[in-house]
Amino acid sequence: MSLAQTKETDVSKRLAEMKVSQSGWSAPARKEAYDRLMKMGMPQRRDEYWKYTRPDTLTSGEAIPAAVQKDSEGPIFDELDSHKLVFVDGVYSETLSDGLSLTGAVLELLSTTEEVDIHWAKSLYGSLEKNGQTPVARPLAAFNSAFAEEGILLHVKETLSKPISLHYIHGSETSDVILHHVIKVDAGARATILESGAVAARCNTVIEAEIEQGGQLNHIRAQGRDHERRAVTHVFAQLEEHSQFKSFTLTMNGVLTRNETVIDMRGDDSIAHVAGASVGDGDFHHDDTVFITHDALRGESRQVFKKVLRNGATGVFQGKILVKPGAQKTDGYQISQSLLLDDDSQFLAKPELEIYADDVACSHGSTSGAIDEEALFYLRSRGVAADEATNLLTLAFLSEALSEVENEDIAELINARLEGWLKRRR
Amino acid sequence: MSAVTDIEVKDGVDQETVDAVREVGGTYKYGWDTEIEMEYAPKGVNPDIVRLISEKNGEPEWMTDWRLSAFERWLQMEEPSWAMVNYPKIDFQDQYYYARPKSMAEKPKSLEDVDPKLLATYEKLGIPLKEQMILAGVEGADEAPVEARKVAVDAVFDSVSVGTTFQAELKKAGVIFCSISEAIKEHPELVKKYLGSVVPVSDNYYATLNSAVFSDGSFVYIPPGVRCPMELSTYFRINAENTGQFERTLIIADKGSYVSYLEGCTAPQRDTAQLHAAVVEIVLEEDAEVKYSTVQNWFPGDENGKGGIYNFVTKRADCRGDRSKVMWTQVETGSAVTWKYPSCILRGNDSQGEFYSIAIANNHQQADTGTKMVHLGKNTKSRIVSKGISAGVAQNTYRGLVSMHPKAKSSRNYTQCDSLLIGDKCGAHTVPYIEVKNNSSRVEHEATTSKVDDEQMFYCRQRGMDEEEAVALVVNGFCKDVLQALPMEFAMEAQQLVAISLEGSVG
Repeated sequence: MSLAQTKETDVSKRLAEMKVSQSGWSAPARKEAYDRLMKMGMPQRRDEYWKYTRPDTLTSGEAIPAAVQKDSEGPIFDELDSHKLVFVDGVYSETLSDGLSLTGAVLELLSTTEEVDIHWAKSLYGSLEKNGQTPVARPLAAFNSAFAEEGILLHVKETLSKPISLHYIHGSETSDVILHHVIKVDAGARATILESGAVAARCNTVIEAEIEQGGQLNHIRAQGRDHERRAVTHVFAQLEEHSQFKSFTLTMNGVLTRNETVIDMRGDDSIAHVAGASVGDGDFHHDDTVFITHDALRGESRQVFKKVLRNGATGVFQGKILVKPGAQKTDGYQISQSLLLDDDSQFLAKPELEIYADDVACSHGSTSGAIDEEALFYLRSRGVAADEATNLLTLAFLSEALSEVENEDIAELINARLEGWLKRRR
Repeated sequence: MSAVTDIEVKDGVDQETVDAVREVGGTYKYGWDTEIEMEYAPKGVNPDIVRLISEKNGEPEWMTDWRLSAFERWLQMEEPSWAMVNYPKIDFQDQYYYARPKSMAEKPKSLEDVDPKLLATYEKLGIPLKEQMILAGVEGADEAPVEARKVAVDAVFDSVSVGTTFQAELKKAGVIFCSISEAIKEHPELVKKYLGSVVPVSDNYYATLNSAVFSDGSFVYIPPGVRCPMELSTYFRINAENTGQFERTLIIADKGSYVSYLEGCTAPQRDTAQLHAAVVEIVLEEDAEVKYSTVQNWFPGDENGKGGIYNFVTKRADCRGDRSKVMWTQVETGSAVTWKYPSCILRGNDSQGEFYSIAIANNHQQADTGTKMVHLGKNTKSRIVSKGISAGVAQNTYRGLVSMHPKAKSSRNYTQCDSLLIGDKCGAHTVPYIEVKNNSSRVEHEATTSKVDDEQMFYCRQRGMDEEEAVALVVNGFCKDVLQALPMEFAMEAQQLVAISLEGSVG
């Protein structure tokens, strides 16, 4: 048996052993997702969409064990006043969390609602993911919809007074976790969702978010210092008229992280910003894959991604702006930049535009290079030590992505983590 | 009547631009055909046809074997489908792979022996094959002095080379310029050494097919230290119906040599689509420089998308020697389907590759074109400037690769690709791949007009121009440089293209 065959058998064995839930409101959606997955098959190395990232450890039968690491800095968002929900190896912890009662919103868990037949999330679960499967297949997201074990179901009815903070704790070396969150933001309502912490040795998370007219959702995520992490995440957002979705991700280390963001701007005058700052050292592989579809008038989208790479780290960016026929007055912007701190690291990018409307302004840029020697010389000539000067310039490089975080307190916390990373050099 | 006449033009798009595109994409000027007695090989492709083509060209056995092995490879390959082009499946057995004018059965000894009808065809196209005729320089709108210029032409009519001008004068300089079929016989050592060394036999589906069935094409060898005394030009004409044209061009620029090479293509207006799959290989030794310019004006199909040429071309330059330099310039206005990525392998240290492209797609045309810059040597530089214009219901895609290998230290790439859409039924797409594997190299990919060279902008602004004027000057200045290098009949089209402003463009 060839190696490839062994791997495929391994993947199908994993699938055969997993069971799709047969009862409750999510059962039909899970069944559909499973059928979808069977049709698509798991991602393969030869797939164009996986040209720069190897999917095998994400699809293999068992997760590669990852050491549980204690983050000396503690949970990043603990200083903020937030409503905290804690998941240990993907299991909701009642004792560590602030509970499920919340003013202005309905908050439930996927696991505890399963026996109910009628639920508001029924029309959303798996359906945004399904829409996001064309024109590019995302089998790992369908896999998630079929087999997700836990997640929050959040229906935001009015503007929330404080952010909801999802904090993950990695407890077991072999944990393999599938989380699926569904968020619905009502017309005119606003919410902020924070995600932080090490989820598991291997994790697959999906967020489906529907934002009604004039609603706003902010999503801020910090993927931590658990370097042995293997993670694939998908965010599917559907934007109605005048709605707004902003997502920012900080990624530090991780042997394999693939973050996919799929946004469907179907309402006129909607705004979508997706940004990311990632810093990696050594056996770091980080992939940002973004697909934004403009399907309405006057949409504004921004993609801002900055990567700092050293000691053989790899940064990947695959971004796309699709402007459908009739999506006039679209304003699309995309920038992906990498700072390579040494000669071993690499940056692989595919910034794409596909435009079928003539009255639009779309631009993209992508650059890659080392620290500007002249700027370094300038700082050194003014008495700044070499390390410090490099750190200063690195932070300056990351600042465009960081400025996408509107909340100053949160931006401050993220900045502090980046400074810490630069000082530790890891 | 072109489709662009019926649409409402958006603010910020110059009427001049629209007119220029209409002019270019409107009625096809070269759609007539020549009634001439042709000799065909039977339809379809198989080892016998491959042998027949080889035999007709009087090739030695090694060449026949080379073709046959390519054919074997081709049978095992699949047609690529990744490009953003849609067309009915091609029946490769429903094509003629060899067609030549009857009068060419005996190769004419000199141009005087060539069928007058053939010469008339080329004259009608504006390409004089008679040596006493010297092309005049471009009559610029700004009344630039008219400068006489000699151009040597190799004209390829369907499957065979009709004639090559100025051979004697070129010989004096040591330059070899002849049809590839002649080169296989006269200079086998050069052909053996270089053919397939840049575009390997099994490179891709169309290149492999070409390796098996190419009928003719041009061959150029510039000896060390020679600056080719005149521009060399190949003119391709598909005349016969249902005939695929498969030409092969091989250019070898030895150490320290220089050549400027021009290529033009036209075809008659036919209802059925025709296949064109060419391969161009360029070898550059140390300090050599090659400029390769193309105006591709194959029949694009009518305004309803009927007919036209399917253009699947593999062009690649291998900068083997240090400090060698290659420049691809293309003006793509024709063909129903274009699949073309002139590439540069920058192997030698300090070598340079440049790619300048203007692609205009109108009506039902589909263009998927771009370049690959593969940086292997140290201090290598590449520059990509691509302007795509879509009108009607056309689709225009820029697809490119910039790859900095770990050993390509201190290399540099700058890419700019802009697209302009005229009308809301067409599409413009950008698919760049960027792979950077060392940190001393810098790669920049941009898709905005505001990012014209800052220094040039500063210079213009300093002299009192407003930003808009400055951008126009810098962009047009660059365009003119490229377009003026084109020969007479191309330059007329080029004049119109220069009028195209980039206002209102998207990335």
